[in-house]
Amino acid sequence: MTAAAETRPILRIEGLSAHIAGQQVVEDVSFTVPATGITALLGRNGVGKTSTIKAIIGLIDRTGAVELDGVRIEKEPTFKIIRSGVGYVPEDREVFSKLTVAENLRLAERDDAPRRQLVEDLFPDLLARSAQMAGTLSGGQQQMVSLARALLNTNKILLVDEPTKGLAPKIVAEVAETLAEAAKTVPILLVEQNLHVVRQLAEGSVVLSGGRVVHTGSALGFLDDAELTQRLLGVAAEGPARENSQDNARENTGKTPATTEAAPAGKGAAL
Amino acid sequence: MTTDTDAAGTNSTGANSQDIPGAGASGTADGAPRRTAPDQRSTPSGKPRPTRRTIVGAAAGLAGIVLLVLLPLLNLSLPGVLPGPTYTPGSLQLLAMCMLMAAAALTYHLLLGVAGLLSFGHALYFGAGVYGLAIILQNLDIPLLPAMGLTLLVVIVLAHVVGSISLRVSGIPFAMVTLAFAQAGSVIVGRNPDGTTGGDEGLSLRTENLPDFLVGVVNTRNLYWLALAVLVAVFIVVTWVQSSRAGHVAAAVRENELRVRVLGLQPYLVKLLIFVVSAVLVSIIGMVFLLLQSGAVPRAISADLTITLLVMVVLGGVGSRWGAVIGGVFYTILDQRLTTLANSDAIDALPDILRIPLSEPLFILGTLFILVVLFLPGGLTGTAQRLARRRNRLRGAGEARTGEGSTAHDRTGHDRTEASREILEESA
Amino acid sequence: MSTVVLLLFTGLGLGALYFLVAAGLSLIYGLMGVLNFAHGAFLTLGAFAGWEVARRTGSDDWGIFLLSLLVGAAAGAAFAAFTEFVLIRRLYQRHIEQLLITLGLSLAAVALFDGIWGTDPVFIQGPAWFKDTTEILGARVPNDRFVCIIAAVLVLLAMVFFLKNTRYGMIIRAGVENRSMVTALGIDVRKAFTLVFTIGGAAAGLGGVLASHYFGYVSPMLGGSLLIFAFIVTVIGGLGSLTGAAIAAVAVAVLQQFANFYLGGTGDFVVVLALALVLLFRPSGLLGRTS
Repeated sequence: MTAAAETRPILRIEGLSAHIAGQQVVEDVSFTVPATGITALLGRNGVGKTSTIKAIIGLIDRTGAVELDGVRIEKEPTFKIIRSGVGYVPEDREVFSKLTVAENLRLAERDDAPRRQLVEDLFPDLLARSAQMAGTLSGGQQQMVSLARALLNTNKILLVDEPTKGLAPKIVAEVAETLAEAAKTVPILLVEQNLHVVRQLAEGSVVLSGGRVVHTGSALGFLDDAELTQRLLGVAAEGPARENSQDNARENTGKTPATTEAAPAGKGAAL
Repeated sequence: MTTDTDAAGTNSTGANSQDIPGAGASGTADGAPRRTAPDQRSTPSGKPRPTRRTIVGAAAGLAGIVLLVLLPLLNLSLPGVLPGPTYTPGSLQLLAMCMLMAAAALTYHLLLGVAGLLSFGHALYFGAGVYGLAIILQNLDIPLLPAMGLTLLVVIVLAHVVGSISLRVSGIPFAMVTLAFAQAGSVIVGRNPDGTTGGDEGLSLRTENLPDFLVGVVNTRNLYWLALAVLVAVFIVVTWVQSSRAGHVAAAVRENELRVRVLGLQPYLVKLLIFVVSAVLVSIIGMVFLLLQSGAVPRAISADLTITLLVMVVLGGVGSRWGAVIGGVFYTILDQRLTTLANSDAIDALPDILRIPLSEPLFILGTLFILVVLFLPGGLTGTAQRLARRRNRLRGAGEARTGEGSTAHDRTGHDRTEASREILEESA
Repeated sequence: MSTVVLLLFTGLGLGALYFLVAAGLSLIYGLMGVLNFAHGAFLTLGAFAGWEVARRTGSDDWGIFLLSLLVGAAAGAAFAAFTEFVLIRRLYQRHIEQLLITLGLSLAAVALFDGIWGTDPVFIQGPAWFKDTTEILGARVPNDRFVCIIAAVLVLLAMVFFLKNTRYGMIIRAGVENRSMVTALGIDVRKAFTLVFTIGGAAAGLGGVLASHYFGYVSPMLGGSLLIFAFIVTVIGGLGSLTGAAIAAVAVAVLQQFANFYLGGTGDFVVVLALALVLLFRPSGLLGRTS
């Protein structure tokens, strides 16, 4: 890998806007995702993180430019964007509940040689449950299926949306471990409310507010700035050791509705 | 649910989407099913002010109505459109039919364009008006007005029962369920229980208890005036409902039902209200239809009639009152003309491959309908608006450029969204 | 007893026809959200195509009957595939417009059938065995009922096998549950759209040929009248559920037959009543998604 390839972002988003049922949910968002490591997409509930992810792969109507590995993809239909090397792990897992685990995985295989072995090694539990209907799995197991669907193929980037949402702390740790492992081979854009996990995994960060990018930079640098996190996430940054405060943090972020915070200072920081 | 038009705040934006009689091109057409996203910031929230265009439009509308009132007294010919001069019963009959169909399309607009309810059972209430009045006149010795009142009572009960059940589902399932209920009505009429409905033959109007001026071919022009009055009245009522609080809540529900529900409003009741009002209006139109046709025919309660109304509204432009009127008139005349054409010698002489399709009016209308849906979103009025807008843009270049791809659609859509948003915020 | 058995088999035969129409409707709606008003026209075209086979060969033996089934199914499938590919696909995701297109198509198609074959019913002859009866528990059941029932069961089995054991079947099942996630796995779900339309059209075309033997005639209105009951069946069975459609088809048809016989011809009315009850107590249908 040459130095040039390493510095070129894997994903570049320019002026992305999106609407759902007439409501603008993403407004002129621009940011880049580096070709290595995990980049966190942060913001309060309802600021358009999930919509941004969906807009990138065309699941919702959008305008603007999306460039994957130097190729413009925003005109392509969703399935072609995915085939060009995007692994998508949606919010709420979205496994097919009336299909078996094996069928869920088989459906996701798009490479000529899907990496079944890797998935079996990562998630031995799934192998044992391959004939079970995915709808009957626990939340953590469903998350494993959802992750496995993305990891089966060779991707240029993974888009992972709130993988730890609603999971028990032990499972959260497992998911984080899996993501850290995956990040060794593929860059990840991660939406995550659990700031503890963000601190543990993410290198870069992009912060949204009111559908706009208000801050970009190092994830740790952002989380260490108590004033900034308080203002943009509505929660005080926490130290890596204070594990049990994470539920608290989630509650805080959830409480504030998505008000348009047009913070000019924050915008300046983004540009 | 009150429908006070004076409610401050709702009225101001409501006026924005109000059409001015006569200014056909200003009809709103937001193409409910295909919503485009308004850019909330770039369009200044429009304050209604009586522009010169509005006044000209109102004057033109008034003049139009006066002309229509005077039509039976004039000797005008529209070859190709009307079968004879305007004072002849044949032409007046066709014109009256156009007006009734336009009025019926307006009531369908109330369902689809305002509340976003895709009903396939509207013919049930039209048919209830037609058959209800015919049966009551047949069997009871009461004058016309009480008979109409009695019919209306039946329709109100029927609409409440059917509406409250069908509104438990929405969207496409709602369409299917309303279709099923209407079908039950149609089947009952076809079965002819105890000889009350006349089955396939239909029921001819018993005229003994009718006022003389509504009976007979010589009085067609009275019926014409009655139909015109019904059309104007229905237009006013629909406009009023649409700009009332209930109308705005209905529009808000159409945009985002969940939010309305979260705010503690009752989308179900508002939708039921619109459903019942629409049913009552169309049943009245059905009663006048009975007088005009001097008989009840099974087609008046068939699914075909609902589909015809839907086609009219879509042809004219979903979401537009003037669209519904224009669609109703256009369809009725086209249907009549095509039927005449189908039986003409010119068509008979054609080879099979041309003769067979051209001799089927519904084939042509169906194909036309498909083409409109595919290529003219917003129907006739939407397309007219787009063209007018494009011309304006060419002329007034440099003037506040609207966002890319922004058409007439977006603007009126914006007004609506604005109105519904106000409802949401007000109740928050 | 013999009356009950006769009503039961007549109901099952009618249910078989409802199922053949409803199966396609339900799958198409489940996968694509399209309420297909043109489905009745697929059926009618199938029926006329089958009738043309019989007429042109001038024969009414079993071979010709089987050929007419094949031709009817092929005609329905071709019409359906054309509809999806040329008309529906242009309006991807715009369900109301898609519905309107199928509505316009059904108007135009029925009018065209009127023009080609006339508005009056044309009568049809099948193999002589159809008109015979078979005695079951003292009831003399017309044989054409059995043909309908067997054909519908075979179609149901074939569909279930296809859905369970093929990749496209898997895509269709997944798409009924969550279409956008299927595309988000890199699958071109539009191919599945054409496929369900084609399969649904074939079933409807087959149903058309069988219906023409069940009722003894073909008319341009044949599809339209069956379509309305098929709509009711799909709502009662739960939109998108094949098994639900099968169960509801049988329940509706049998109920209809019994009510017609024992409750003075109120079959259609009772069916609508059943629909109202299902909606009141289980709005998503018997086996529908509960979302």
